[in-house]
Amino acid sequence: MADDTPLLEVSNLRVAFPTRTGMAEAVRGVSFTLGREKLGIVGESGSGKSMTGRSILRLVPPPGRVTADRLAFNGEDLLAASPRRMRDIRGRRIAMVMQDPKYSLNPVMTVGRQIAEAYRVHSKAGAAEAKRRALEMLAAVRIRDPERVYDRYPHEVSGGMGQRIMIAMMLIPDPDLLIADEPTSALDVTVQMQVLAILDDLCSQRGMGMIFVSHDLNLVASFCDRILIMYAGRVVESCRASELHAARHPYTRGLLASLPRIDEPPGDLPVLSRDPAWLEG
Amino acid sequence: MTARTDTRSATWRDWLTTDTPQSRGQARLGRAWAGWTSFRRNRLAVAGLLIVLALVVVAALAPVLAPYHPYAQDLNNRLLPPSAAHWLGTDAFGRDILSRLIHGARLTLMIVALVAATAPLAGLVIGTVAGYFGGWVDTVLMRITDIALAFPKLILALAFVAALGPGIENAVIAIAITSWPPYARIARAETLTVRRADFISAARLQGASSLRIILGHVMPLCIASLIVRTTLDMAGVILTAAGLGFLGLGAQPPLPEWGAMIASGRQYVLEQWWVAAMPGLAIFIVSLGFNLLGDGLRDVLDPKGD
Amino acid sequence: MPLTGFAQSPDCDSLERVRLGASNREGVVLPTLKRGLTLLVTVAATLLGLLLVTFLIGRVVPIDPVLSALGDRANAESYAQMRTQLGLDLPLWQQFLHYVGDVAQGDLGTSVLTSRPVLEDVLRVFPATLELATVAAIVGAVLGIPAGVFAAVNRGRWPDHAIRLLGLLGHSVPIFWLGLMALLLFYAKLDWAPGPGRVDVFYEGMVDQVTGIVTVDALLAGETDIFWNAVGHLVLPSAILGLYCVAYIARMTRGFMLDQLRQEYITTARVKGLSETRVVWGHALRNITVPLITVIALSYASLLEGSVLTETVFAWPGLGLYITNSLLSADMNAVLGGTLVVGAVFIALNLLSDLLYRLLDPRAR
Repeated sequence: MADDTPLLEVSNLRVAFPTRTGMAEAVRGVSFTLGREKLGIVGESGSGKSMTGRSILRLVPPPGRVTADRLAFNGEDLLAASPRRMRDIRGRRIAMVMQDPKYSLNPVMTVGRQIAEAYRVHSKAGAAEAKRRALEMLAAVRIRDPERVYDRYPHEVSGGMGQRIMIAMMLIPDPDLLIADEPTSALDVTVQMQVLAILDDLCSQRGMGMIFVSHDLNLVASFCDRILIMYAGRVVESCRASELHAARHPYTRGLLASLPRIDEPPGDLPVLSRDPAWLEG
Repeated sequence: MTARTDTRSATWRDWLTTDTPQSRGQARLGRAWAGWTSFRRNRLAVAGLLIVLALVVVAALAPVLAPYHPYAQDLNNRLLPPSAAHWLGTDAFGRDILSRLIHGARLTLMIVALVAATAPLAGLVIGTVAGYFGGWVDTVLMRITDIALAFPKLILALAFVAALGPGIENAVIAIAITSWPPYARIARAETLTVRRADFISAARLQGASSLRIILGHVMPLCIASLIVRTTLDMAGVILTAAGLGFLGLGAQPPLPEWGAMIASGRQYVLEQWWVAAMPGLAIFIVSLGFNLLGDGLRDVLDPKGD
Repeated sequence: MPLTGFAQSPDCDSLERVRLGASNREGVVLPTLKRGLTLLVTVAATLLGLLLVTFLIGRVVPIDPVLSALGDRANAESYAQMRTQLGLDLPLWQQFLHYVGDVAQGDLGTSVLTSRPVLEDVLRVFPATLELATVAAIVGAVLGIPAGVFAAVNRGRWPDHAIRLLGLLGHSVPIFWLGLMALLLFYAKLDWAPGPGRVDVFYEGMVDQVTGIVTVDALLAGETDIFWNAVGHLVLPSAILGLYCVAYIARMTRGFMLDQLRQEYITTARVKGLSETRVVWGHALRNITVPLITVIALSYASLLEGSVLTETVFAWPGLGLYITNSLLSADMNAVLGGTLVVGAVFIALNLLSDLLYRLLDPRAR
C-alpha cells in the first residue's frame, strides 16, 4: 500500500435509528483519519463511540442507517462495497475485539474450533493446518497450554483467558486494522494490564492500526498515540495522548478534573456540569 | 360550531393522555385509553375482537337472526346445496344449516364462557395461595399442579366424558377440569414476584388479613396475564369441544353443536360436502378470532419484546 | 406446550426452563444422584397421579359394575357375592391399591367388546399410532425448523408474516375437519391420495406382523407393492397431523432463533467474515438444537393425542380409533386402559425431553 494513503478515512459519519418520534442520531458527523497508529476513542455511555467502531465494519444492527461523506479503508470506499466484498474485508483486513468473552464467544463450540474457523474463512487451509495455526496463535497470546485450551468451551475459561482467545481469533487472519471495543472493561484490574500488553505487542509487531474504544480516559491516555473525545455523538476534542493535559474543550477538562490523583490531597472531586452547548459540538 | 367541537374533543383526548392525572380514575382511564390505542393499531387483533363480538351478538340474537327454526325438519328438502332459500344448504334432515350454525353459536359461547369462568378462577386461587403462603402449601399445591400439567388433556377429557355420559355439561366439566394447571402456574409466578414487595408488607402491618391481601392486592396483579392466557386458550377450548362433539360426546342431537354437525355430515362429505364443511368453517373462524384477540391482548398487556 | 388444546401460547409451561436455559456447574456425583432420584420420584408421583385419575374416572361411571357383570337377573345373594368378588366392598383406598397392583402386573382389565385383555388389544393397535405419529413428527421437523429459521432471519418482512399467519391458521383449524376436507379434495375430487385405512382393502392381512408397523413389515417381507401402497395411505393423515406440528415447531424455532440472533457471538461470527448462511445455520442453529430436540419430543407427545381424532377420520386402526370405538360401545375398561397407556407415554416423553435437555447442553454438564 502507498505510504501516504491513510489506513482509514472517516468523514462526516452519521448513524441514525428510527424511533417513534423521528430519526435519532447516535453518531452525528464524526471525522478522523487513522494511520498505522493507536487511536483511542473515549466517551461515556451513549456518546456513540461503539457505534462508530461498528459502522466501520458496517455491522450497525438494522434498522440503523449509516451515512458518511467518506468512509474509506486503504482508499477503498466501504460504503459502496458489496456485501460480498464486506465479508472479505471483515476478519481479513479489519477485525474487532468485543467487550465480554462470556457473550462474544459461541457457547456451544470449542474455542479452538472458533479460532480455526476464523482462519479457514479467509484461506483455503484444511482442518489440520488451521488447528496448527490456531495453536500457534494461542501461544502467541501467552496461553500456557494451548493443546488443552483448544478443546475447552468458553464457559470453562476465565475472563482474561477468554479475551485472549478473542484476540487470537481476531488476529489470526492477520488484519491491518483492529477495532477494540472496550476490550478490558469486563476484566479484573490485574488482568486488564496483561491483556493490554498482549494487544500492544501483537499490534506493534504486525504494524497494525488500532482503534481503542473505551470509557476509561486514563487507560486510553497511557495506551494510545492519539485520542478522540466523544460526547453525544460528536467529537469534541482530538489530540495527541501526550498533550492530553493541555486539552481545551470544557468537557475534556471536566473529565480530567474529575479523575482522582494519588499525589493530591483527598477532597471533594469536582462534578462535571454539562453545558447544553456541547450538544452542538 | 366546528371549532368548538374540535377544541372539546381535543381537550378530552388531552385529558386522557396527560402526564399528570389528577385522580386515580383519570389515571386508570388514561391507561386504558393508551392500551386501547396501541391495541387498535394491530389490525389483526382488531379483526379478532370483531369476530368475538360477532359471536356474542349472533348468539344473543340467534332467534332473530336465524331464518329458520334449527330443529325444523323438511324431509323433502334434504341435502340441498347452498341457494338463495338456504344460504348454506340443508342437512340430512332438511334443516337449514345457517340457522343451525347461528343457534350453535349459543352453545359455543356457553362452553367458552363456562370454561373461562371456572378453570382460570380455580387456577388463580390455587396459584396465588401457593405463591403467597409458600412453604409446604406451595410445595404440595405445585406438585399437584405439575403432575396435572403432565397429563394429556384431550384424552383425559374423553375418558371423563365417557364415564359421566355424553352431554354438553359433562363436556364443559371435563374440559374445565383438565385446563386449570397452566393458570395456577401463571398466577403463582406473578404472586412470587410481588410477595416480597413493600406494599404487601405495608398492608400486613396495617393489619390486613392474608385473605384480604390476596384478594385485594395480589389477585388484581395476576389478572392481566390470566386474561391473555385465557383468551388464547379459548381457541383451543373451542377446538376440543368441537372434537368431543365430533366423537358424539358433546351436545346431543338435535342440539346444533358445531362439532356434532360435522360428524353427522361426515357420511355425506363426498357428495354433499357443505353439510360438514360449513360448521368447520365456523369453528375455524371463531377459533382464529380468539387467537388473534389473544395475541393482540398479549402485545398490549404483557409484551415480551418480540 | 402440548398441542392438546390445539392452541398454544409461546410462553408454555414445560418449555419455560428450555428457553431460559439452565447453566449449573456443580460437583459431579452427589448432585447427579440427587437429580436422578428426584426425577424418579417425579416420574413415580406423576404416574401414580395418572392412575388415581383413571381410577376415579372409572368409579364415576353411573353404571353399576356389579349389575353389568351379573346381568338383569340377580338376587340379593349373588349381588353381594359378586360385589365381594369384584372387591367393591373394600374401602376406596384399598381398591386403589389393588388397582395399582393390577396395572403394575399388566392387568388393565378385559375389554367388554373383544373379550380379550385390554393390554393385549392396546399393544396390538399401538404400532399403527406410533407409525403415524413418527412420520408426522418428521414432517413437522423437516418443514417446521427451516420455516422458523426463515421467519426469524427475515423478521418483520413478508416471509415472517406469511409463516406466522400460516402458523396461526394451523392451530385455529379443527384437525378432524381439515382431515375430512383433505379427504374430500385429494381423495374424492383429485384422486391423488388413496382412501382411508392403512392399506387398500385388497392388501389387508397379506403381510406377516413383525413390528405391527405395516410399512416396515412390508419392507421386511420384501413386498414392495404393499410397501408403496402403505406409504401412499400414510401421506394424507401424517400430512394433516404433521401440519399442526409444523405450525408449533416453526413458532418455537422462530422464537429461539430471534433470541440467538440478538447475541454478541453472532456479531463476532459476522466480524470474522462468515457468510450469513454460515452464521445462521452453523452458529445460531447450533445453540438451539437442544431446545429444539425438547420441542420435538413434546410435539411427539401431543401428536399421540392428536391422533385420536385423525385416526377416526382416516379409519386408521391405531390406539386413537380403539379408544373412540370403545367409547361408543361404553367399554370403560378399554377406554381407561387406552387412556392410561397414552397418558403414560405422554408423561414419559415429557420427562424424556427434560432429561435430554440436561444431558445434551454442554453448559448444564
